[in-house]
Amino acid sequence: MAVPEPTVRETVIRGSNGKTRLCFFGVMAALLIVSAVFSENLCPYDPYLQDLDAALQQPSAAHIFGTDRYGRDMLSRVIVGSRTSIFSTFLLVAIITTFGTAIGVFCGWARGRADNLLMRVSDLCLAFPGLVFALAVAGVLGGGLSNAVIALAMISWPKYARIARSQTLSVRETSYLKAARLAGCSTSRLILKHILPNIAGPILVTATLDVGTMMMELAGLSFLGLGAKPPTAEWGSMMSETRGLLQTVPWAVFAPGIAIFIAVMVFNLLGDAVRDWMDPKMRVKS
Amino acid sequence: MKRYVWQRLLSLIPVLLGITFLSFALMRLAGSDAVTEMYSGAGLVVSQEIVDAARAKLGLDKPFLVQYFSWLGNMVTGDMGKSFVSGRDVFDTFLSKLPATLLLAVFSVLLTVVVSIPLGVISAVAHQKAQTARDAHLRSVCALLDSGVRFVSFIGNSMPNFFVALLLMHFLAVKLGWLPVIANGVTLAGAIMPTLTLAIAMSAKYLRQVRAAVLDELSKDYVSGARARGVKETTILVKSVLRSSLMTIVTLLALSTGSLLGGTAIVETIFMWDGVGKLAVDAIMMRDYPLIQAYVVWMAIIYVGVNLVADLLYLVLDPRVRLEVERHGGA
Repeated sequence: MAVPEPTVRETVIRGSNGKTRLCFFGVMAALLIVSAVFSENLCPYDPYLQDLDAALQQPSAAHIFGTDRYGRDMLSRVIVGSRTSIFSTFLLVAIITTFGTAIGVFCGWARGRADNLLMRVSDLCLAFPGLVFALAVAGVLGGGLSNAVIALAMISWPKYARIARSQTLSVRETSYLKAARLAGCSTSRLILKHILPNIAGPILVTATLDVGTMMMELAGLSFLGLGAKPPTAEWGSMMSETRGLLQTVPWAVFAPGIAIFIAVMVFNLLGDAVRDWMDPKMRVKS
Repeated sequence: MKRYVWQRLLSLIPVLLGITFLSFALMRLAGSDAVTEMYSGAGLVVSQEIVDAARAKLGLDKPFLVQYFSWLGNMVTGDMGKSFVSGRDVFDTFLSKLPATLLLAVFSVLLTVVVSIPLGVISAVAHQKAQTARDAHLRSVCALLDSGVRFVSFIGNSMPNFFVALLLMHFLAVKLGWLPVIANGVTLAGAIMPTLTLAIAMSAKYLRQVRAAVLDELSKDYVSGARARGVKETTILVKSVLRSSLMTIVTLLALSTGSLLGGTAIVETIFMWDGVGKLAVDAIMMRDYPLIQAYVVWMAIIYVGVNLVADLLYLVLDPRVRLEVERHGGA
């Protein structure tokens, strides 16, 4: 007995499933972002208020995640930390996407020597094992969240440059681009109106999929003391601050960890959903 | 064949030059040079003349490129300067800590291979079976198996390694008391948790890639052809599918050692494992630039080396590449 071909109805259901997933995780991500924006109004306590009488408490009704060694409420710190963690990640992804795409489009459009040189530079950035170079850059720049963002941007842009370059190379050979050129479009118009919209898909997918990874790497640098500095509430640095308390109040360590885990998972799922939705080939497969 | 290997080795020269140049330039950009660092480290305030004399003695008054090449020359002979903090030879210090890190890396790669290749293959086969099997029951079991493996890998992918490390520490060391919380020197018992941490992060990613590679191969026409001729499923899988996807599997493994090498810094710091990762993090805290420089340069060289080995392995693993090389003499 052969496998029955999916009926039209089944295909429709499968197709809408992809869209439902996209909407669902889009809403989840939006919720995370909104709660990050209004984090200060959401937290039950002042996240920076020290209350030594309430230090090192186990989770209770008053403090759901307990308190740290200064008696600061962990739940409030986790909620406020979402703002630092999520927005610095967005900033990082925005920087590498814009910069990488600009370089890639330029290389794909100009070709020749400049292209060759820039691609060699990007090869070089890829020759370093990921975090090793970021560690050194952050170390040399001297820590701080903005320096951590710069450090990670320096190693992460080549991926986007490569995608944008190969896409630009294929788009510039299409007949619609030739038609636009014959119609007298200027170079900037060709790039802005014809190339960018057509190469945006794969770049957007990569960027969404990268949010989770970048969030973990930024948190990793903060954990090592090369990102956000205490007392700023940031998930990675909070874990490094409280990790000495693992034996006494483990929740102070796990609460920010779980927060990173949930945020990364939501953005990874959103990235997968965006990819399935944008890429027709993947849609057929799943 | 020989020519191909030589060509591949020669192509490394620009990469190595680039790596060393970038590392050298980075440390120069740090703004402080060895001389000011040396005196301020010793708590001395000295006049400009003494600083200039010391700079001239160390060759720091020469043009940038001249400095780079003399630094490169020294580096090749194993002289990377003295640590600003301890005053010990940087390269010796680095070499003495390297075995501990390599031990972790090799263990984690082995564990990753043992775990994720079988799971990836099982998941890919289950995925195909879930769509094509005749028996409805088998279909649902396979679908469940595939989703299960993918779910586990997804969880692993969303956890930062320091969180995994602290969870392992909490459960294996604090709650169950099976392992020491902090490694007492480089011991086997102390290596278990760092290895697990690194392997979990690496397997989660690698498993997905193996699954995709095998799935891609399984959908090719020759597989249907072999099936139609009645070749046994296991024979197809082991002799054809696995062999042809081996190249992708090896490339991806070599590439993923990159994040492994970076990950050792965090994991070694958490578990107090006395390797180069912890050495580098400590050096960063103390602004010990020569040590950071040694770490960056050598980690990058090791990574390039691993990828070179993977490239040369194709010649052994894949007769198609061998044939191509012999026909065209490389390139």
